[in-house]
Amino acid sequence: MSDIVISGCGVVSPAGWGLGALRAFLDSSELLETSWIERQDANGAVVKSAVARVPEPVDRGVVPKSPRLRRASPVGRYAAAAMAEALGPEKIAGAGRLGVICATMNGCVNYSNRFFAEVLADPSVASPILFPETVYNAPSSHLSAVTASTAPNDTLIGDGAGIFIALDLAAEWLERGDADAVLVVAPEEVDWLSAEGLGYYSSSIIPSEGAAAFLLEKGVGGVRLETVPDVVSYALVPDRKKALCQLWEELGVRDDGRTLWVDGRCGVPRFDDAESAISWSGPRISPRLRLGEAMGASAGFQLAVAVDALQRGLYESAVVTAVGGNQGVGGGVLGKAEKLKG
Amino acid sequence: MVITGAGIHTSMGAGWSANAAGFRAGRTAFRAVDLFDVSRQRVGTAGQAEMPDRPMLPGLTRRDWERFDRGTRMALVAAEEALSQAGVRGEMPVCIGTSAGAMPIGEEYFKQALAGRSRGQLARVETYQVQRQLTRMMAALELGGPLRIISNACASGANAIGQAFHLIREGRAERVLAGGYDGLAQMVFAGFDALQALSVSGIPRPFDAARDGLAIGEGAGFFLVESLDSAKARGAEILGTVMGYGAATDIHHLTQPHPMGDAALVTMTAATRMAGLEPGQIDYINSHGTGTPLNDVAEAGAVARWAEDAVAGVKLSSTKSSIGHLLGGAGAVEAVICLMALQGQWLPGNLNVREVDPVVNFDLVREPREAVVRHVLTNSFGFGGANATLVMGREVEA
Repeated sequence: MSDIVISGCGVVSPAGWGLGALRAFLDSSELLETSWIERQDANGAVVKSAVARVPEPVDRGVVPKSPRLRRASPVGRYAAAAMAEALGPEKIAGAGRLGVICATMNGCVNYSNRFFAEVLADPSVASPILFPETVYNAPSSHLSAVTASTAPNDTLIGDGAGIFIALDLAAEWLERGDADAVLVVAPEEVDWLSAEGLGYYSSSIIPSEGAAAFLLEKGVGGVRLETVPDVVSYALVPDRKKALCQLWEELGVRDDGRTLWVDGRCGVPRFDDAESAISWSGPRISPRLRLGEAMGASAGFQLAVAVDALQRGLYESAVVTAVGGNQGVGGGVLGKAEKLKG
Repeated sequence: MVITGAGIHTSMGAGWSANAAGFRAGRTAFRAVDLFDVSRQRVGTAGQAEMPDRPMLPGLTRRDWERFDRGTRMALVAAEEALSQAGVRGEMPVCIGTSAGAMPIGEEYFKQALAGRSRGQLARVETYQVQRQLTRMMAALELGGPLRIISNACASGANAIGQAFHLIREGRAERVLAGGYDGLAQMVFAGFDALQALSVSGIPRPFDAARDGLAIGEGAGFFLVESLDSAKARGAEILGTVMGYGAATDIHHLTQPHPMGDAALVTMTAATRMAGLEPGQIDYINSHGTGTPLNDVAEAGAVARWAEDAVAGVKLSSTKSSIGHLLGGAGAVEAVICLMALQGQWLPGNLNVREVDPVVNFDLVREPREAVVRHVLTNSFGFGGANATLVMGREVEA
């Protein structure tokens, strides 16, 4: 992977639209703004969930204009805006053979929720417009359509470490020449279904949403993608601590004070145990503690924080890890940013 | 890359033998759906499969089995068949395609939430997640290694096998378990019905002039694929080969293919070239052939453009006419059916056609027939424009 770089990065998060908004939020001491999702169950009881939503964009132009996005769910619009930032205006207009890989856990839950409610009420009048937008790969399909690229397009389902599987696949496509550049996107949206679902794991988790996008290319400037080992599967190593130790060894990270560790700790001890057990004296940041739990997108936010820090020249390298909930432990090492060539 | 194990579970039956016998005989396997209420749907039938019994595996507990959804259970028995035949376990990458995952568990979670009941909801949230289902399935099958779950709608299973092909071709793995599955789910069934994509008659007739849509099916298909060196070193029986793979994106529309099948032409051409073959050397095409008006026209157009002068000699059928459209499992199950054709030297039929559509200028195989089958091609096209083509062979070629 030595010549594969992340040459562009875009983020939509509860901190706002853009990498700059994320940076500003994390550099500040602001607290995450939460709101409530409320619904009534069949008994008339009000069920409330605190969530951290993506705020309304100040500039609606951050979402590319495309007929495909007219009916797209929030997850599709977050993905498209993150992509637009990662590609920049020139590349979005002519992206060439742009491969797209979407890594998600929850997918299009808003439309799935609405469509299934219609089905239960009366399937004979359920909306044919909603259903296609419920399919897992609808957002990634929209991204290819917006950039007019017919190169391969995959949607990968996984837990919170899923983005590392996507990065590995992107590197494979680039090495083989399946695409000239590959966009890896991790998008998620929140609604009452997923918010209440996360609440069953811990009442202290704040469900959140957004998207992070990364443009991967070969032979240009950017942040080097140095190592992305295979995700260590819980099928083989069910113990999270042992799985992380195995990954950590493969990452070959040095605690030299010049490497930033962007970990996946979320503030719930039983989920954080594995990462807390690793000895580390160097700089370390845990974005989930500030941004809430955005499922598949959270590791994307972590990766964006690492990319931004390296682009700003703050560190020589960065390691990002995510201890997934029920699939495995993933991570990667990023190297110092190189200036864009040409 | 060679295939040393294959497994399948569909409405035609459980396992290779039952399915091979059914496709060879030209049987159809549709029935009334009784998994959920279809009384308010336009269509009430599907290729609903019999649920398999829990296999007696050392790593599979009764609790695991109870927490697996329909789709995972079918995937597990098909994967187990492939692994047993190949005689391997242990650490290897696993590539699996699915479109709906454990949707029925999610549906139940939704209903319980609406009703205000919280009992059992944590288990439902956890087991609804497809990666949880498949990680536990891997553990039950005594497999380790990275898991890729590909959800490219109806091309997912073919993409999974294609990605396994690349992992072995490029020396990243010696062997990979690859396949796809989907179980029937109310939301998906209702979704296709809402789109008026389901055949009202319940009998899909791909490439018939009066075709009226598809039938949903369910099931799973798996291959154990490995490098030739690995298979030879352990003296494994070689069942067939994967020779080529093509993937591309149709950006014409979210649910409708490009009218002339542009992306299909790209994937068919890429897969055939990768295999080092000309269209005239492909002895059989297992088409995507859903039986919807738009798909069949686009695919027929792509086949004609791909084969050019050789199109009249192209033998093609859609086995969706027998078992329906298995969505995320379709590409993998149809690849297993292709392997059956290569092994048995027969072609499965494109059943129930009354009047062939004028767009058909190839040899539509309307009944099963004996044939010399050396190379086959299978197409899978999905919502969102995911297109995939696999080319497979019988013999290992230099």
